[in-house]
Amino acid sequence: MIPAPFDYVAAESAPHAVDLLGSLGDDAKLLAGGHSLLPMMKLRLAAPSVLIDIGRLTELIGIRAEGDELVMGAATPHDTLATSGLARSDAPLLAHSAGLVGDPQIRHRGTIGGSLAHADPAADLPMALIALGGSVDVLGPGGTRNVAAEDFFTGFFETSLEPGELITAVRVPRRPGAAWGYQKFVRRANDWAIVGAAAIDGRIALANMGPTPLRARAAEQALADGASAAEAAELAAEGTEPGEDVHADRDYRRHLARVLTRRALEHRA
Amino acid sequence: MQVELFVNGQQRSDDVEPRLLLVHYLREVCGLRAANVGCDTTSCGACTVLLNGTSVKSCTVLTVQAAGQQVTTAEGLAADGELHPVQAAFRQEHGLQCGFCTPGMVMAAVGLLSENPHPTEAEVREGLEGNFCRCTGYHNIVRAVLAAAGTAGAAAGGTADGERAEVGA
Repeated sequence: MIPAPFDYVAAESAPHAVDLLGSLGDDAKLLAGGHSLLPMMKLRLAAPSVLIDIGRLTELIGIRAEGDELVMGAATPHDTLATSGLARSDAPLLAHSAGLVGDPQIRHRGTIGGSLAHADPAADLPMALIALGGSVDVLGPGGTRNVAAEDFFTGFFETSLEPGELITAVRVPRRPGAAWGYQKFVRRANDWAIVGAAAIDGRIALANMGPTPLRARAAEQALADGASAAEAAELAAEGTEPGEDVHADRDYRRHLARVLTRRALEHRA
Repeated sequence: MQVELFVNGQQRSDDVEPRLLLVHYLREVCGLRAANVGCDTTSCGACTVLLNGTSVKSCTVLTVQAAGQQVTTAEGLAADGELHPVQAAFRQEHGLQCGFCTPGMVMAAVGLLSENPHPTEAEVREGLEGNFCRCTGYHNIVRAVLAAAGTAGAAAGGTADGERAEVGA
């Protein structure tokens, strides 16, 4: 399968990419690892007129500690995050989730910023970002703004990124030693989650239980009120309206959310 | 547009469409047919090559994304007529059946061993999760990778003509 024709330009810096987005118009798309975008283009689900390549901008690649936050450049590949000693010690839930994306070849190319901008509700990193209470740095024509994870995902494959904006970095709180759990139910190896659950301390996030990754607030509240993990997990699907597909109907997804939340709260990876 | 890159150590400069996928560039422009187009959906790994030494699926990389970088295909592994140790191990351990997945398996294995020179059997299986063998010949493939790594796990494989212990369950 071959994508529809497009023009290609390699950005020289993040601000240059913003300038290009402004001058090239709505039909331009950013390209980092391309592991969500290129498959969509091959299937003609996307046909941008021009790609702006930010995948080799070193300013967008790397992981560093900044005060009480861990900061990932948006074009940091999943494999780099999964194997980073700093990430594994200070944000193990995030490193673990990055190591579950696709397979090794995919993790060499796919990027954290690309995964978040793609905003697949079944994907690993969006759920991890919600669980950790992270945020994204966004650069646009008016400068930089920081968007909390829960304000970033706005709908099914939709984010609050404006046209002309790009993600430059992803921030999560450094939580070395925090108890965490991560559960992902799939039918095939390497697949997207039919349902996922991630928990760290009293926070719980779910994947594929609605149009965006979301928090299991009823279960969190129960935990805060002193409920056991098993008791709280019974409330994990409260208020959710999961979709139905060939893999699972709504009731089954709610069942999975309860089971996976219990396992995640028991701090199983 | 003009793209300059290195393929198996040789510098090249070619005029390509931006939409030309790396696997098509390698096969049709460079005439290197080891990397196969299998699923064409980033799943099967038959198109695996190394980009700056790490394994990638060349059906999901644009040629222009490889500009200025080093691409290595299975054709580029053997040096001076000697098979690369991973190639030799695949041959010795009969790590193939129909052979379609083999170039991708070999390249994924080379990439894996560069990151983890002495993997356990479980790490080999995890490390090859992005490569499908539709003949389901995985046991010998895993045995070959372990043999190439020279790990203790390969010793369980026995000799080429002897009865082989089963690697894995």
